[in-house]
Amino acid sequence: MGAGTPSPAVRDGLQSAVKRVRVLLLSSLTLLAIAVAPLARADEFASLLSDLANGGFADKEKAVIALGRLGDERAVAVLTALKDGRLIKTPDGRILVSDAVRLTDPISSTAVSGITADEAERIRVNNRLRGAIEGAIGELTLFSSDPAARLAAAQDALRHPSADQPALLEKAIAAEQDAAIRAAMQQSLLASRLVAGSKAEKLAAVRALGDKTDPQIKNLLDQFRAAPDTDGELRQAADAALASIQNRLRLVRLAASLFEGVSLGSVLLLAAIGLAITFGVMGVINMAHGEMIMLGAYAAYVCQQLFRAFLPPGWIDGYLLLAVPVAFMFTAAVGILLERSVIRFLYGRPLETLLATWGVSLILQQAVRSIFGSPNREVANPAWMTGGFDPVGGFTITWNRLTIIVFCLIVLGVLALILNRTSFGLHMRAVTQNRAMASVMGIRSARIDALTFGLGSGIAGMAGVALSQIGNVSPNLGTIYIVDSFLVVVFGGVGNLMGTLVGALSLGIVNKFLEPVAGAILGKIVVLVAIILFIQRRPRGLFALKGRTAEAEA
Amino acid sequence: MRKTAWSPGFWACFFGCGLILAIAIPAFNLLVPPNSPAALPDYLVPLLGKYLCYALLALSLDLIWGYAGILSLGQGAFFALGGYCVGMYLMRQIGARGVYGNPLLPDFMVFLNWQQLPWFWWGFDHFAWAAAMVVLVPGLLALVFGWLAFRSRVTGVYLSIITQAMTYALMLAFFRNDMGFGGNNGMTDYKDLLGWDVHQPSTRLGLYLASVVALGLGYLLCRFITASKLGRVLLALRDAESRVRFLGYSVTNAKLFVFTISAILAGIAGALYVPQVGIINPSEFSPGNSIEVAIWVSVGGRGTLSGAVVGAILVNAAKTWLTGAAPETWLFVLGALFVLTTLVFPHGMVGLLRRARWIRPRAPAPVPAGEQA
Repeated sequence: MGAGTPSPAVRDGLQSAVKRVRVLLLSSLTLLAIAVAPLARADEFASLLSDLANGGFADKEKAVIALGRLGDERAVAVLTALKDGRLIKTPDGRILVSDAVRLTDPISSTAVSGITADEAERIRVNNRLRGAIEGAIGELTLFSSDPAARLAAAQDALRHPSADQPALLEKAIAAEQDAAIRAAMQQSLLASRLVAGSKAEKLAAVRALGDKTDPQIKNLLDQFRAAPDTDGELRQAADAALASIQNRLRLVRLAASLFEGVSLGSVLLLAAIGLAITFGVMGVINMAHGEMIMLGAYAAYVCQQLFRAFLPPGWIDGYLLLAVPVAFMFTAAVGILLERSVIRFLYGRPLETLLATWGVSLILQQAVRSIFGSPNREVANPAWMTGGFDPVGGFTITWNRLTIIVFCLIVLGVLALILNRTSFGLHMRAVTQNRAMASVMGIRSARIDALTFGLGSGIAGMAGVALSQIGNVSPNLGTIYIVDSFLVVVFGGVGNLMGTLVGALSLGIVNKFLEPVAGAILGKIVVLVAIILFIQRRPRGLFALKGRTAEAEA
Repeated sequence: MRKTAWSPGFWACFFGCGLILAIAIPAFNLLVPPNSPAALPDYLVPLLGKYLCYALLALSLDLIWGYAGILSLGQGAFFALGGYCVGMYLMRQIGARGVYGNPLLPDFMVFLNWQQLPWFWWGFDHFAWAAAMVVLVPGLLALVFGWLAFRSRVTGVYLSIITQAMTYALMLAFFRNDMGFGGNNGMTDYKDLLGWDVHQPSTRLGLYLASVVALGLGYLLCRFITASKLGRVLLALRDAESRVRFLGYSVTNAKLFVFTISAILAGIAGALYVPQVGIINPSEFSPGNSIEVAIWVSVGGRGTLSGAVVGAILVNAAKTWLTGAAPETWLFVLGALFVLTTLVFPHGMVGLLRRARWIRPRAPAPVPAGEQA
């Protein structure tokens, strides 16, 4: 590239620098104007209002457009009322806004008494005027004091780009304090330049739009490219921009699938970790595991209700911090009770444990249904878990799902520590490997059994708290997860936490990648069939125990 | 063995029960005047028929679980597949009498705006084809599934879990509308079967008698299998699979054979069940249903064919009575049954009776308590 001719990038840079200076100048002027405006505009607002009431349709249209340009928030109420036929003129010439209950003076925003809407004359509108009103309201809301309304107006401008938008949007951008809204406005500004800019502006806009991911922008560019008055250079630029958007969208979709997959995987993992302990480590088929999850979810519900009933409203966001230990303790207690009363008689008879624990699960379900009723109970997300953020544009990472992923990793980490670094974990592994030898060495194996089962159940309870954050809580919550949890454990390899982690994540991700191709249910069926076939190849799962232990387990 | 299995005492019991079911019950229904207290009202006939279908289903599970140690949690899937085959035949019999009056397509297809009959519905307007499918569909599925599973020595709990996954996958599949099996609503509103109106008491009595015959033949078949040399091999492989394999028996083939036979019996049970209850829908595939079958067998006595039949009839009669009298207690009772039979009565009711020596102890031997899966 020669040194004499500036490259397109440099040229663009220069242009945009010039433009930035211009925008800066303009915006400082507008700021000044806005600062002094209210005084000057009070009369203008009143006179435009009287134009609305007294002129013909052409005058009205002018007045509507002028009201829109005024940037006065009172105009929104007036224009909305005009559009709905609620703007009235009293016999003495006052112009009032009427709603179902009362009449309001739009200039002073005070209620007016002593007159009814029936005595007044409705100010008429026609279709052409309605269009103008809608445009004006859209413009006005760009300056609304409500950030949500401004954002909505900015996004609305993107949907209907028109020739007179750029100036307005530039003004709005200059006045905007919120970075996110400003970004949305800038995007709309670029889009409106496609319609109304000079060729250089259009070119710059097309290039700038190339690194967005919004599908709407893709549509706009498609339309722009297909428009008859687009010349070759612009068309080329549009093609390049479209191609880059396509690539980006593909990446975004990939990232979204991956996130959803990891999220589903973490839910499966939480549901399955407890099972990996009771089934994997103890060899007990606990069909009531799903009900332990359900009990945990109800523990979260009860905590929430207690916080609502007995603590000041500001504390409600803290209920989750209490719910996790409460759910753990409660379900662990139920688990220990279950182990002492039923399961300890059935060690070494896995199929019969399966039937007995299935019976227990029916009893627990019916008990919860009797206490709380069958309808779904709603557990609200605390404020810090609602909403989400959008890292690249195009898909949202919600806080509740992200929290569950983190929570799941913490649970897994703590569990690994307990198993490998504490004396309880050591005893547990000893009893698992050789019960008789462990007893001879002085380990109270019956106590270890009860505690291990309690630990597995307690983790299921915490999983229930997590699940209550992404769905409804109902007595058959557990049955939804029981088949999946067993598949995760069997797929990953029994008696192996690492296998459970890999199994859950891969099932989650495969499921979410299949979903767009095959549909949710078909995708799930494919996964189930794949697991059935996989177990034929490796009957002991991904990470099978080898050697004598494996034989003894069979 | 053969001598005790087919003794005159057995035949006396068998025909005695058969006479009660096949002669006495219809007689109470037909001959006793309806207002007499001894009369059997019409509505009870299909209910009893339903129990007999369940008994056949329990028998099919007992054959593989009680004798070969295969706890299939997908037995309900074979039952439902048999039911769907008959359901499809009954749907085709409706013809132009459906709500939409389409002579070719069942109502739900018209509703979904389908233009032609899918290929897998071809032939279901003939009873013979449907009857063949009742045997072939569950049989082939079991053959393929069992071949895959037993060949790679998937046993015990793992087998239970993948059979459960199988029925779960089928349930999800049949819930889909575009599978062409009526989706969520399943198939219902049947009109007639082989020209007889399914709502007529006489047709229902006929279906009931067919169930009695099917149960009787199924029982004899199971007894024949378990009393044969194969039956001894099955018992042996239930208790020590590796040893049987090392002795030179083909464990895979023996298991595959009984698994397939059992699936066919379950399919026939489902086929008789559907016209008597008048509906088939995907919830029949739900894993819970299959697990319930295991409890019928446990209650009656696992490893005893008569126990499976008695257990199925008693548990379901209790269910009918309790869900009417005190619906909220039924799940408690069923749950308690699961826990108690496994903990306290591992040999079920027949085992209890035998321990009390009311009935002479007889082969096959009861299941050892410390059985390894």
